[in-house]
This record gives sequence, C-alpha cells and structure tokens, in this order.
Amino acid sequence: MIIEDLPPSPAPVVPPPRPVAIAAAPVVAPGAAPVVRIGAVSAYYGPRRVIRDVDLDIPPNSITAIIGPSGSGKSTLLRCIDRMHEIIPGAHVEGSITYRGIDIYDPGVDPAAVRRTIGMVFQQPNPFPTMSIATNVIAAARFNGLVKGRSAEDALVEHCLRQAALWDEVKDKLHHSGSSLSGGQQQRLCIARALAMEPDVLLMDEPCSALDPVATQQVEELMLRLRERYTIVIVTHNMQQASRVSDRTAFFTMGTDRAGYLVEVDDTVKVFTNPREQLTEDYISGRFG
Amino acid sequence: MVFRVIAAAGTVVALATVGLMVYDSVITTAPVISTFGIWDFVTGLRWAPSFTIYGALPFIFGTLLTSVIALLIAVPVALGIALLVTEYLPPRIAGPVAVTVDLLAAIPSVVWGLWGLLVLVPFLRPIEHAIAASAGSVVPFLGPPTPGPSYFAAGVIVAFMIIPIVAAVTREVFAATPRLQREAVLALGGTSWDVVRRVVLPIGRAGFLAAIVLGLGRAIGETIAVTLVIGNAPRIGSSIFSPGFTLASVIANEFNEATEPLHAESLITLGVVLLVIAVLINGAGLLIRRRVTQVAGRGS
Repeated sequence: MIIEDLPPSPAPVVPPPRPVAIAAAPVVAPGAAPVVRIGAVSAYYGPRRVIRDVDLDIPPNSITAIIGPSGSGKSTLLRCIDRMHEIIPGAHVEGSITYRGIDIYDPGVDPAAVRRTIGMVFQQPNPFPTMSIATNVIAAARFNGLVKGRSAEDALVEHCLRQAALWDEVKDKLHHSGSSLSGGQQQRLCIARALAMEPDVLLMDEPCSALDPVATQQVEELMLRLRERYTIVIVTHNMQQASRVSDRTAFFTMGTDRAGYLVEVDDTVKVFTNPREQLTEDYISGRFG
Repeated sequence: MVFRVIAAAGTVVALATVGLMVYDSVITTAPVISTFGIWDFVTGLRWAPSFTIYGALPFIFGTLLTSVIALLIAVPVALGIALLVTEYLPPRIAGPVAVTVDLLAAIPSVVWGLWGLLVLVPFLRPIEHAIAASAGSVVPFLGPPTPGPSYFAAGVIVAFMIIPIVAAVTREVFAATPRLQREAVLALGGTSWDVVRRVVLPIGRAGFLAAIVLGLGRAIGETIAVTLVIGNAPRIGSSIFSPGFTLASVIANEFNEATEPLHAESLITLGVVLLVIAVLINGAGLLIRRRVTQVAGRGS
C-alpha cells in the first residue's frame, strides 16, 4: 500500500508533455504544473542548519540547474528531493517537498518508493564493482522486483543502455565488470542503471565533475535527449555547463549563518544575461565563488 | 641511521629466535622419525607411552575436528555481529555492542576453560544427549555416549574464544565498504538488506575470508581451555560427543610427565606437526584471499 502512494512510473498517471527537443531552447510550457514543489525546506546535520527556507518549483520535462559556491547546500537540497539526506545519522529535513501533489515526507510514504521514482546519479561514477555491466543495469530492477525472466532482463539492459547512449560501446562486453569502463562510460552506465527503474525525475549531482571534456560533452548531449522523457535536476559547479544544458537555473549561496539559501531562480537565459540580484551577477561574472 | 640499525637488529633477533625454535624442534624429532618413520608417526592410531608406541593421528583428528566445530559455530555468529554493528544497529548502541564483543578477547584462556568445565559442559550434556538420542541414530557421527567432556564441548569453547577476533576483523572490513556504493543501492530504491547482499558482502568477501583464516589459526593452536573440556582421550572418538585430544592440548597435558623413552621427543614432533598444519592453513588462506581479491577487484 505504501508503494501505491507513488506512481511506479509516470506514464500511466500523468502523460508528460513530449515537446520536440531543441537544444538550449526553453521548453518549459508556461503554467505547466511543477513535478516537484519544494516549500520552505530547511535541512540539518544534527543541530547545524545547512540550507534555509528554500522554495523551488521543478517544471516537467526540463533541466533545472542548481549553481552556487561550495557550501551553499546544492547537493544537500538535491538529496532532500529523493530522501537520501536522512540516511546520514542525525540529518533531518523541515518544510515540505511534494512530488506530483504527493508529500514525499508523509510518514506513510516508503523512502525506497520515492527513490525509485526520483532517480539519482552521483558525482563519482559508482557502478557496482562486483557486478557485470548488464547486472549493473538491471540491479535496481532486481532490487525492486520490476522484471522477471531472462529475456525481459536482456531487453531492459539493451533499452536502458541505448537510452544512455552506451549500447554501441559495450554491447560486446556486457558480462565484463562495470569498473572496466572509462570514467565517462561508467557515468553513463550509472545513468542507464537509474533509468532501468523507470524513474520520472532524475537528480544529477555534479555528474561531470570527474569526467574529461569529451565525456562531459557526451553526458550533456545525453541529458538534452533525456529531457524529452524525464524531468532533470542537475547540480553543477560549472556555469558554462548550466548555461549550455539547462532551461532554468537556481542560484544558491551561503548566508552569514553558514546555511545555504536560494538567491534566485529563473529561465537560464535570464539568469545569465539579466539577473535580478546583484549576488547572482557577481557570481556568474566570476567576482566571487 | 641509528633507528635503522636498531630496527634491523630487532628483526634479526626475532627471525633468529623463530629459526632457532624451528631448528631445535626439528632436530629433536630425529629419533622419533628414525624409529617410526614420518608417515607411520603421522598416521599412527595408537598413543601409548608406556609401550613406546606413538601415533599422531588421534591428535591431528581432534585438532581439525574441534577447529571445524568452532568455525561452524563462530563464523555465522561473528558474521551476524559484524552485520548488526555495521549495518543495522544505530551508532549509539552499535559502539557498546562492538566493545563488549571485543572484551571477550581479553578473557584469559584458562578462565574460558574453567567456565567451560564447570558451566558449559554440564549445560551442554542434556543437549548432547538429546541430539545423540534423535539424530544420532541416523547420523553415525552424532551418536552416544555423551559423557560431557568432548570434541563438541571443546569446539564450542573455542568458538566463544575466536568470535571476538573474527567479528572484529569482519566488522572493520564491512565498515570499510565505500559510502558511495551503499548510497548507490539506496538511491536505486534498495533496502538495507540489498545494501548487505549486493555491496557489503560481495566487496568484503576477501576480508571476511581473511577473518575466518585468522580465527582458524587461533582455533588450531588453542591449548589450555581445550585441555580442560575435551576429556583427554588419546584416540579417535566415534562421535563428536566422545572425549578426545588435540595436538596442543596433549603437549600441554603430558609434557611435564614425559619420562618414558621418546615421549618428550614425540610430543615435540606433535608440535612440529601443529606448526606444519598452521603454515598450510595460513598459506591456503592467503591463496584463497588472493584469488577472491582478484575476482572481486578485476579492473577496479
């Protein structure tokens, strides 16, 4: 019953609009209901508040970039959205986060169900070292009993690796260890692994910071393609990356109380050309951060 | 420079001591081997000093059997403790539990032995009796009689004694599982059981095996506690509930009164046999560990 609280996959519930992807052009339909609504969220490690009173809406089928200096709570906010923040002992969240109208912090909601619907890709590529490439892809599907049978699994592996633009590179070595791949391939493998859960939202925590420029470009192109089917939130240190791939940009910084807060959020073009706040302008023009 | 000389001297002294011990022991075995032959001594079933008949097999058997019993009990328990402490208990409770288990290692061997003799053996007797009466009629090696002191009692005591070391090493291995791997499972909607099954156990396999080998090494050499509960019978028992003897415990038990011809020499030969078994086990452990590490770490 807990799992039923969240749609296992978005398609049957709310068919998301599928706009034609034109790279870097804003695709957010004005007035589209947000997929994730963050309301007055503060996050704590023990008594220490690390983010303060964040209000942020994530529109569907868009890429929202979260930028800001170190310590501004970007990753923490991301981890609040899939309830990963709370796995650290003593950490807790205040405020409300809803996913398509469901309060994901409701006591009746299973955190595992949230994490299945809202996938996450980490800063360091972290394929499971003791599993093959194929097993890595279907790992989540196996945890959650989503697929049964060899042929269904094989089909899922191919489907997800194709979506992650990795199939052609690994189709002949599906049974090699996932850690035999290059860093960029490993990161795309991790993306494929997240896609195998059929999530609705994909959170990416500085997914390219450990990658070289070529691999970075591949992952960015992949994100632009995935935007057609998924809602993506990416934390990045790299302002060029934010301006290249994102539709909306949220700028965070650290306050005098050492807690991160949201300075402003708007269409990426606006934030980078004509920000409302002086702090934003200082940061994007390289005057601090 | 001075430090290097001191360190080198220390190393030489340590190695020389070990070398001298091995050399001296092996030299002492010469009359035993020339009298009985290596093979006949090792496979000899009878140990009768008053007739100058010395065979090592009952003790080799006892050492291996008690060690296997100890491992069968200790390894699952230690694994459970390690998983509980690293994966399931909240840190506030996990710390004290870990320390308590570690403290078991500080109990002297002779205390374990006395506790075993006075508490554990009487406690186990009805259990042994029940097993012998039921399963014993089907499985030959579990049959009666059940006098109390036995291979089984010794195995249980040794299990208690090796649980702390196996649990401590396993705990460290599991705690070293990369956080990123644990989070990968959770972020994919996995449970804490998925974390254990897909990440902690596969990644920690080599270290866990090392912990088992460490425990086995201690089990085969355990002396005083075993002497007190194994019954000291120099023959191969027909059941795990029969009294027996191990290599280490027979040396401790008889060396003081070894006045018969070749008796002391035979006991020292048993010591050499024990040394060889220990070296073989540790060597095998190293090999297994290297293999497992290669498989687990391929390309990482």
